[in-house]
Amino acid sequence: MHNNKYLQEEIIRISGVNPSKCMRCGKCSATCPAYDEMEYHPHQFVNMVESGDIEPLLNSESLYKCLSCFACIDRCPRGVQPAKVVEAVRLTAIRKKGANRMTADAVPAMVDEDTPQQLLVSAFRKYTK
Amino acid sequence: MQRVGVFVCWCGTNIAGTVDVVAVAEALKSEPGVVFSANYQYMCSQAGQDMIKEAIKEHKLTGIVVCSCSPRMHEATFRKTAAAAGLNPYMVEIANIREQCSWVHKDMLTGTEKAIILGKAAIAKVNLNAPLTPGESPVTKRALVIGGGIAGIQTALDIADAGFPVDIVEKKPTIGGKMAQLDKTFPTLDCAACILTPKMVDVAQHDKIRIFSYSEVTEVNGFVGNFDVTIKKNARYVKEDVCTGCGACVEKCPMKRIPNEFNLGMDNRPAIYIPFAQAVPKVATIDPNACNMLKNGKCGVCSKVCAAGAIDYTQKDEYINEKYGAIVVATGFNPISMDKFDEYAYNQSKDVITSLEFERLTNAAGPSAGKLLRPSDGKHPHTIVFVQCVGSRCESCAEKGKEYCSKICCMYTAKHAMLTRDKYPDTEVYVFYIDVRTPGKNFDEFYRRAVEEYGVKYVKGMVGKVVPEGDKLKVQASDLIANKQLHIDADLVVLAAAIEPDKSARPLATMLTASMDTNDFFTEAHPKLRPVESPTAGVFLSGACQGPKDIPETVSQAGAAASKVIGLLAKDKLTGNPCVANSNELMCNGCSSCANVCPYGAITYEDKEFRMPDRTTKVRRVAVVNPAVCQGCGACTVTCPSGAMDLKGFANLQIMAEVDAICK
Ligand SMILES: Cc1cc2nc3c(=O)[nH]c(=O)nc-3n(C[C@H](O)[C@H](O)[C@H](O)COP(=O)(O)OP(=O)(O)OC[C@H]3O[C@@H](n4cnc5c(N)ncnc54)[C@H](O)[C@@H]3O)c2cc1C
Ligand code: SF4
Ligand code: SF4
Ligand code: SF4
Ligand code: SF4
Repeated sequence: MHNNKYLQEEIIRISGVNPSKCMRCGKCSATCPAYDEMEYHPHQFVNMVESGDIEPLLNSESLYKCLSCFACIDRCPRGVQPAKVVEAVRLTAIRKKGANRMTADAVPAMVDEDTPQQLLVSAFRKYTK
Repeated sequence: MQRVGVFVCWCGTNIAGTVDVVAVAEALKSEPGVVFSANYQYMCSQAGQDMIKEAIKEHKLTGIVVCSCSPRMHEATFRKTAAAAGLNPYMVEIANIREQCSWVHKDMLTGTEKAIILGKAAIAKVNLNAPLTPGESPVTKRALVIGGGIAGIQTALDIADAGFPVDIVEKKPTIGGKMAQLDKTFPTLDCAACILTPKMVDVAQHDKIRIFSYSEVTEVNGFVGNFDVTIKKNARYVKEDVCTGCGACVEKCPMKRIPNEFNLGMDNRPAIYIPFAQAVPKVATIDPNACNMLKNGKCGVCSKVCAAGAIDYTQKDEYINEKYGAIVVATGFNPISMDKFDEYAYNQSKDVITSLEFERLTNAAGPSAGKLLRPSDGKHPHTIVFVQCVGSRCESCAEKGKEYCSKICCMYTAKHAMLTRDKYPDTEVYVFYIDVRTPGKNFDEFYRRAVEEYGVKYVKGMVGKVVPEGDKLKVQASDLIANKQLHIDADLVVLAAAIEPDKSARPLATMLTASMDTNDFFTEAHPKLRPVESPTAGVFLSGACQGPKDIPETVSQAGAAASKVIGLLAKDKLTGNPCVANSNELMCNGCSSCANVCPYGAITYEDKEFRMPDRTTKVRRVAVVNPAVCQGCGACTVTCPSGAMDLKGFANLQIMAEVDAICK
């Protein structure tokens, strides 16, 4: 396992989360509606950041599967806030040069009757540097 | 002028490692009044104490200062040493140069400097000390036990067996506590009633024990050996000494649909009730909020059917005053409310229950006569999910749960799961856990049996949510070891709710001036060495009111508390603390400020005649302190606006002399 100290500190700083508060109860992952879509689950995000195992998370599709529903934040008995860790890793990923997940050009094609514009706006904000 | 001796202790290297003890002894030699100064490796050892005794005699010392550890550690030791050499023990002062000096400073220079300053302060004080003689107070040889669960029962029995009278005050209509509601008990699986009810009967029949059931403590005055307590006996509208417990009234009462608290509301009871068959005292109680006669004057059926003539609708609350030498708190615990745990659908489905409700459901005397049936439709459940740590170990959600581990739930959940599989082999039983904590005699073996012999499925992970759908409960949970999210269609979900102290404990603690932690568990005088005493003299702790405990632990603590009480009640007199307040009547203007702040009610006022300069006399109201009641807390001395109140042994003058010595 590669321990990336710099990224680890960066993610802890951005998220404001203290991953060592996690007691490994798994309630976040038990509550997560996107669980089956995610390769790494909320508790794994917390635990892998704690051990500095950041690379696999940065390259994982899981970053874009989290719904930001914050159920994990609500339910975690230790106040760890796993979704903030997911968010911080995602920010770290898209801040790299050319790593924008969504480009402005791609937006018009996504507009249709059923998709609320609000959704596109927030997705654009979330997935773009 | 005093003749002061100074004794500087090395405490091995504890002090000598960071404080130059030789330099301290040397520097203090020239302080006012000091005629002798020495240092020694272990002052508290026999040789050290002998050195002090000899110096007292040889140098005719009238006061000594020991520069050593905290007075909490050895003040009593050195006072005894002084007394043995004929010196009044209150002519001893301790300068704490260990905890307050060598342990907190790193370098010799600052450590030594501070030790000298602390020594000077103590010398300045001892120069103003006067010999004090402690008073004595008698001991009332009767104990009060508040709470009649297994803790209170055991403590009361042990004290009474030693020959001292005991009163139990229990707020419910019967003694027995939570244990009376349990079915079988881990780790031996004996039936709770079979081992508890004989003890309840022993209590009822003991000639030294009185039970005040349906009662509460409303006022506590006095101090160790001499507590003055008011007990409120709530009106139960039934004459306790006349009722035979036959139950005719219970059968005939027309108001039958009142939620039965003994079965946690899972069935109903009438307005007049006896909580359970083996209740002690076995006496009926009328619920005033449900009885039609008491509410509207209509009915009176129970009075008509009672052959003994025990019903009395005009009964009033009764107040009883009694004196006690010792008080034992045994107010126990309750499971926390599940109202805020929406994710587990406790309020949405009757089939999501707490573990205590599960005990009632499987108890032969419970609402379903011991058959495990779903509360919603009375059907036999096939898939049962137990969730551990609900609301325990919950740091983020203070408004929801508790930060501590409730300690008993791992074991009772293993018990529930095992018993279910034993009695109903057609069931599938899951236990979701964060950790399984089984540190007790035969505890881990018990849990492993549940897994290995009874096939209970233990899953490492929490349940995230429970959603009622049709007649199923959709359980979504983590299996952390398989790294999977599980979806289970359950028939029954059982929540191991965290436990908390009884809500009445906090106001009771205020009455007793006993301290509590932030979770409202009573605090012990020392977590290791004095676990059954509260820091308030004469107040003792028994059972779950002090922290989560199972029955074996509760019973051992109950016995320990009893032995402490017996030790106290066996004394005829208690030596008081002579460091009490006294007011200078010439300065006192009778303003009442001091009496208002005194937590022990030690201050009264008296009208006294004073001769005025012009030879007339004038009557003035002045404060008088009862030295037997005063605990020397000093609250009055700082409150007194005229500076009339002073504390013996800690006079304002002495404190100021210490401050001056430090600031010099
Ligand atoms: C679901 C469940 C299952 C359990 N199973 C087991 C088991 O199998 N084995 C085991 O060893 N332990 C078990 N326990 C633990 C056991 O119940 C406790 O250890 C035990 O009841 C503690 O006894 P206690 O007397 O300290 O408290 P309690 O039983 O709570 O008794 C306290 C008593 O004090 C009274 N009281 C409270 N406040 C006042 C007041 N202000 N004035 C007057 N009276 C007051 C209460 O009404 C009550 O009667 C279980 C607990 C639960 C919740
Ligand atoms: S819910 Fe909180 S404590 Fe539990 S595993 Fe997830 S992050 Fe850790
Ligand atoms: S915020 Fe993301 S990780 Fe957390 S529960 Fe929702 S989807 Fe899952
Ligand atoms: S005893 Fe077990 S179930 Fe109860 S809070 Fe502690 S760890 Fe959780
Ligand atoms: S020092 Fe004063 S306030 Fe404290 S107990 Fe004594 S009389 Fe009461």
